[in-house]
Amino acid sequence: MRHLVAYPDNVIHDLEKRANAIRRHIIRMTRAAGSGHPGGSLSSADIFAALFFKEMNHRPSDPAWEDRDRFVLSKGHAAPAYYATLAEAGYFPIDELLTLRKLGSRLQGHPSRGKLPGIEMSTGSLGQGLSVANGMALACKLDRKSYRVYCICGDGEMESGQIWEAAMLGAHYELDNVTAFVDRNKLQIDGPTEKIMSIEPLPEKWKAFGWQTLEIDGHDMRQILDACDKARETKGRPTMIIAHTVKGKGVSFMENALSFHGKSPNDEETKKALKELGEEV
Amino acid sequence: MKWAYASQRKEYGHALIELGKTRKDVVVLDADLSGSTRTADFAKEFPEHFFNCGIAEQNMMGTAAGLAASGKVVFASTFAVFATGRCWDQIRQSIAYPKLNVKIVATHAGITVGGDGASHQTGEDVALMRTLPNMTVVVPADASETFKAVKALAEWQGPCYLRMGRLDFPVVHEPDAPFKIGKGEVLREGDDITLMACGIMVSRALEAAEALEKRNVSAQVINMPSIKPLDEAIITSAVKKTGGIVTAEEHNVLSGLGSAVAGFLCEHDPVPVKRVGMMDTFGESGEGEELMRKYGLTADKIIEAAEDVMRRR
Repeated sequence: MRHLVAYPDNVIHDLEKRANAIRRHIIRMTRAAGSGHPGGSLSSADIFAALFFKEMNHRPSDPAWEDRDRFVLSKGHAAPAYYATLAEAGYFPIDELLTLRKLGSRLQGHPSRGKLPGIEMSTGSLGQGLSVANGMALACKLDRKSYRVYCICGDGEMESGQIWEAAMLGAHYELDNVTAFVDRNKLQIDGPTEKIMSIEPLPEKWKAFGWQTLEIDGHDMRQILDACDKARETKGRPTMIIAHTVKGKGVSFMENALSFHGKSPNDEETKKALKELGEEV
Repeated sequence: MKWAYASQRKEYGHALIELGKTRKDVVVLDADLSGSTRTADFAKEFPEHFFNCGIAEQNMMGTAAGLAASGKVVFASTFAVFATGRCWDQIRQSIAYPKLNVKIVATHAGITVGGDGASHQTGEDVALMRTLPNMTVVVPADASETFKAVKALAEWQGPCYLRMGRLDFPVVHEPDAPFKIGKGEVLREGDDITLMACGIMVSRALEAAEALEKRNVSAQVINMPSIKPLDEAIITSAVKKTGGIVTAEEHNVLSGLGSAVAGFLCEHDPVPVKRVGMMDTFGESGEGEELMRKYGLTADKIIEAAEDVMRRR
């Protein structure tokens, strides 16, 4: 891909460090909760880091800032990655991450709007977030604002009809202020996406629906940022970035392991995972 | 009774245009039925604030949620059967749970849809919406009440469902009658029995009360446009006075107005109740009035129910 911006190495390195910190939080949170979705959280951690620490305009001290870029996590089960990112960014204390899924916590199992600063939309029932992102993008245009709307979808979600309804609406209303991702980790609960319900050829589908469609390595910070730059430069149509990722990325025994879709690591696995993710003992 | 008739849908169109003139935050969505729902009237005046979502109701509700999350007051319209059943999960997850300011305003509710048949009729919409936390449910009795209810919805914080019929409804109100979400309204005083109705059945309840008067039964008639929140005070004072209630609605008796009233009374003031409505059945094709007769949505059924309640009291 052509580089629109040349990002210095130190910027990339800082983002990679952020992503790793997010990954460590994910492990600790899901361990403390005894449940949650580490696999799909780890696969999206690099995208989260790139968005919240470089790409998006937002103010952790003023979550309701009217010109902020909006974010919708359509794959709501990656809430641990979302919460870890928000805490890292300073939306709420990092200590609170360990309350995930506990009674009375602001960190619900899936994101809940209004509970926690920085959560724009309640999600969790798959297939719905892209429609919401479109609605935000329409409001932005109506208000003659220049903010953008970001959305991360799961690849399993591509099996939902509503995603394709949203695809049509986004193209029809020329929502060039939408940058969406598919976290293409290729696994869903019951197995590989192509075995359960094939979604390929995915890029061709998005192209046919009128979206600028980019394919990247979703763990390569430069590629994520380049794709975001390209989306911002594009007028008249929304952008879908198909980010090829590895479920469980960053922890050897969790990578491509179906079992860690919705299961937390035990004590020993937690220790091992944190070590692999560079936690200082 | 001789009735004047007027269109609820037309008043919805009027109300939207009035809102559009004063409220820059109002946005209207439709799913390819804008001519029938009359959102097309608004679209003509305020094309920038109208988005047709095509035949994709689930996406329409999600889009509405996104607009509302960005500060808009969103009216999303289609036929009642599609507005509630086809996208119930989207309403639950993306509108009711995050408590967003989306006003689902549906037309062609009930059985009076007529010739389109059961696929386009609905006796379940109120039930589906009433069970959602955070949701407000309004069923206006006539055209002028519809106009006022739509204006009230725009001021109300949070998700709402409003249902209208396809047919012109009998005019049961003076144009200046007050309307408030959460409030019922005594349309006719009486001591022997309370007839409590919503939508088109308010006119049938008034007819029944007049017929009962000829049999020396004094029936109180209460219009209950607000299914949720329910006006519990008016129910309590009604049963104190009359000791029995007949409810009437153009909806399945399961989980509509009648169930709401009966549920409240069972817990607080057990008195005999009888529900008039669709008896857990789908409809069929036919003229609206014919269907109302066939499915028991008549003044006669209300009278029968009133006599039953008075016997049991």
